[in-house]
Amino acid sequence: MQVTLLYFARLRERFGMAEEQLSLPEGIQTVAGLIAHLAARGDVWAEELAGERVYRVALDQEMADFSAQLHHGAEVAVFPPVTGG
Amino acid sequence: METLPQATIPSARFHVAVQAEDFDLQAEMRTLSAGDRGIGAITSFVGLVRDLNLADDVVAMELEHYPGMTEKALIRIAEEAAVRWPLHGVSIIHRVGKLYPGDAIVLVLVASAHRHAAFEANAFIMDFLKTRAPFWKKEWTPEGPRWVDARETDYSAAARWHKVVSEQYGNDEHD
Repeated sequence: MQVTLLYFARLRERFGMAEEQLSLPEGIQTVAGLIAHLAARGDVWAEELAGERVYRVALDQEMADFSAQLHHGAEVAVFPPVTGG
Repeated sequence: METLPQATIPSARFHVAVQAEDFDLQAEMRTLSAGDRGIGAITSFVGLVRDLNLADDVVAMELEHYPGMTEKALIRIAEEAAVRWPLHGVSIIHRVGKLYPGDAIVLVLVASAHRHAAFEANAFIMDFLKTRAPFWKKEWTPEGPRWVDARETDYSAAARWHKVVSEQYGNDEHD
């Protein structure tokens, strides 16, 4: 399954990229699985995604929770809590 | 926010924009009210960049957003307001890029037949914009840049509407 990942604000800077295309290993079906896969990269990925830092996930441009099901071609964005207004 | 049935969304006019340029309050008000003599009240909220945030001097503010999702989120928030109050129109403009103290950063206009609906819906929209719309602020201080952390009070401000709206108001006209 192929997904597009987008990172914003502090996470974009910490990860050193705004976007990446990823072919997910067999068995990853949910946002939770994807986040665990990213956190397994270690270093800043583990610090930001598997530590005490708070972040949000959007699936296809809608806020999503960890149980949300991924699909081929999904756009998944990971970002800090929003601070507009 | 809970999901609302699509069929109950009335035919209010919604306009949202994300832009680097400043906005013209009078021009936006005219656009919103043009051709609708049923409007009895328009409330406007203009957010400005403050020069003080916590202890440090903020020299400038930089706004980042999620193109595509931002516009959808703003439309959704306007629709949520129009389900709860009898609105004729909503206009939301949010600026992005580099902004300086005193600059306008966000505009929310709400048009209704009645002032109470216009006041309340405007506050509702701002509370949800602060927790649901994908914008991020970076402050530039003499010591360098830093990302602004989300505030818990913004979340409690948005949460209060679930209670207030369900207790006091349906989507019926009120004055």
